[in-house]
Amino acid sequence: MGALDDLKAEGLGALTHNVITARVEQLINWSRARSSWPANFGLACCAIEMMGAGGAHYDISRFGMEVFRASPRQADLMIVAGRVSQKMAPVLRQVYDQMMEPKWVISMGVCASTGGMFNNYAVVQGVDQIVPVDVYAPGCPPTPETLLHSIETLHGLIETGELLKRRQATGEGANVHVTEIPATGPVPISLDRG
Amino acid sequence: MSGTTAVDPVIASLVHQTAEDAQEMKPRSELTAAELMREVGAVLRMSEAEAAALGSVEGLEPDEDQTMILNMGPAHPSTHGVLRLMLELQGETVLRCKPIIGYLHTGMEKTGEALTYLQGGTNVTRMDYLSPFFNELVFAMATEQLLGISDEIPERAVWIRMLMSELNRMSSHLLFLATNGMDLGAVSMMIYGWREREEVLRFFQTVTGLRMNHNYVRTGGVAADLPRGWRDGVLHLLELIPPRLDEYDLLLTGQPIWRERLQGVGVLTPTEAIALAATGPTLRSTGVEWDIRRAEPYLRYDDVDFDVIVGSYGDSFDRYAIRLHEVRESIRIVHQILDRMPPGDVRLQNKKVTPPPRARIDESMEALIHHFKLFTEGFKVPEGEVYVAIESPRGELGCYLASDGSAKPYRVHIRAPSFVNLQTLPHMMRGRLVADAVAIISSIDPVLGDVDR
Amino acid sequence: MYGCVVGDSYGQTVVFAARDQYLDAVKAMADDGFSMCVDLTAVDYLEVPERALPDGIAAERFEVVVNLLDLAGRNQTGGRRLRVRVQVPGDDPAVPTLFDLYPGCEALEREVYDMFGIVFTGHPDLTRILMPEEWEGYPLRKDYDVGAIPVQFKDTGAR
Repeated sequence: MGALDDLKAEGLGALTHNVITARVEQLINWSRARSSWPANFGLACCAIEMMGAGGAHYDISRFGMEVFRASPRQADLMIVAGRVSQKMAPVLRQVYDQMMEPKWVISMGVCASTGGMFNNYAVVQGVDQIVPVDVYAPGCPPTPETLLHSIETLHGLIETGELLKRRQATGEGANVHVTEIPATGPVPISLDRG
Repeated sequence: MSGTTAVDPVIASLVHQTAEDAQEMKPRSELTAAELMREVGAVLRMSEAEAAALGSVEGLEPDEDQTMILNMGPAHPSTHGVLRLMLELQGETVLRCKPIIGYLHTGMEKTGEALTYLQGGTNVTRMDYLSPFFNELVFAMATEQLLGISDEIPERAVWIRMLMSELNRMSSHLLFLATNGMDLGAVSMMIYGWREREEVLRFFQTVTGLRMNHNYVRTGGVAADLPRGWRDGVLHLLELIPPRLDEYDLLLTGQPIWRERLQGVGVLTPTEAIALAATGPTLRSTGVEWDIRRAEPYLRYDDVDFDVIVGSYGDSFDRYAIRLHEVRESIRIVHQILDRMPPGDVRLQNKKVTPPPRARIDESMEALIHHFKLFTEGFKVPEGEVYVAIESPRGELGCYLASDGSAKPYRVHIRAPSFVNLQTLPHMMRGRLVADAVAIISSIDPVLGDVDR
Repeated sequence: MYGCVVGDSYGQTVVFAARDQYLDAVKAMADDGFSMCVDLTAVDYLEVPERALPDGIAAERFEVVVNLLDLAGRNQTGGRRLRVRVQVPGDDPAVPTLFDLYPGCEALEREVYDMFGIVFTGHPDLTRILMPEEWEGYPLRKDYDVGAIPVQFKDTGAR
């Protein structure tokens, strides 16, 4: 009988009697991966490349993601594209909290991942100080191809169920725990993970 | 809040953290007269009667019970970034508008003081991220003025700078057409605009190695020469874009819905525009023929033939049409640059400013030392201060550079066109509908990286 | 010119106004045709107290720099530019506002207040504009640290 794993490996040729069998969990992960809708969170230059990924040339519609939802309630995926300033940090957290589980975060670009070239008072040094991040995409800005690669990585992790297991275990993102070192200047506004 | 149920303490704390009390819009009853004048977009030198009349919109008596303060943004689907607007509405009519910015503040001016002049380009280029060449150009021009080498930049470098600037103007205006279309509902415009923009970015990638934020225009010239076959690349763009522009003209300009949504929306008079220091297409839409490329030519703009596009009504439709035609003018300029590109150096061969070619480092100790010093310490710039202004796609982009004689700028200040143009928003929105608010923001074409730096 | 000391910086005319002359001088310039206030910013010269200034101008900690533009009657042939530099003492950083002359400097003055702490007397809404409301300190002052967080490298002990 057409088991889902055979189908993924061999394609429709593995289908017998037009029946697919799978565990419910597998089917759910399969559909979640192929239809994760991003929340509109483009902040700076990376947002332009994210829009470029949505354009006709790079086309994230192939991955079921061309619908950028303005409302966080309808979104699964938050692509933090751009530098997060101190003033924006609580807003980011608020939008993240409003998203429904299961939700994932891609930190796009070096500014979102680590603060990038702006190691100063105004930029949060990595959005993983505020929200748990699942995939980091490097680049300044990452080309749409890099973003697509990070999206595919995320989809792979969703499909294997890896991410949900990890989240349940530690409540954190991609297995990186950040130890905050106090800054020499004024301390950025810190947020509880809540 | 009616407060019948207890508010979750996390949510309460988040609401408290995102509130920007004094920066937000206060209810009408708490405003002083001066603040009210400013928030309804008052402009100077009006008689007292005119100023008093500005306090209320025709036919609408603002009554505290009937008005509502609505918050738009900073996380908003309009693609202009993290701009937050507080609107006081009566029904659908906007009475007052207050933009709250700073959500993308990156401390670039402070960072600029910690980077050398060679590194400064990487910092400045990320301010107005849709026209990175302009940021780099103005910073390089200011540094060159302080160094006193403005007249010694090789011809080819100057023409290459002009080529990249005009192509960048085209890509920025194409993005404007795309986002303006999408904001007003012509969603397919987004895909079309991006289609052309991809072609221009591909050319940028062949020349500079990056699609955006290039760090290509540097003190003394440009970083590297145009690659072999660049003429074919540019010709491809020049053949591709004009027919597509005609398509957009067909799609948008004559279309009744487009006209209804843009004509008469967000009107600005010349006096107001000048008083509010608006520049660029925003100023030109009112009828003022001010384009720095024509009025105070830099690079070789006095050597090429182009028209300055000026509007007549000062509304959003004029701003759209100006940008559409500016793409055509840029194409015209690029044609002329193609014909006249001189051969030669692309960087001033001044050892104090330009790193030596990589091949020489193996041969000459002196070259190695110069390379090392330039990239670690940087070159020193004499004491002084200078202000240089160029015409970016958004308006007058200026760089005020103050040097104390060391290798790092003492003060880098970029006069951001979007930051200043944003002040026209309250004025243009007064009396219009909420739906027009999106059209008006889009017509100024703000880039929040420029606004907040 | 306008009752103030005039200097020249790389071909650009610079007017050095004393703090009490500032508003009147700018008013005269506005009447003279400088219709647009293009840029208003400040510099903190804390680390360069002995900088080159013309005679008659005493160096103070802050300098407010205003760039004015005359569009020359809105025709296409060049305008005039003028720069005004005002010395502002560090212990009393207050300067009159140009808002009544140039409404376009409203956001620019707020930015200077936010970044340097210079108060513009008479400004209709002098609040922070770029930093969050409860931020303490004025970031672009020279005694304000950049706030760089030391980079952590794996497996290399404390830096």
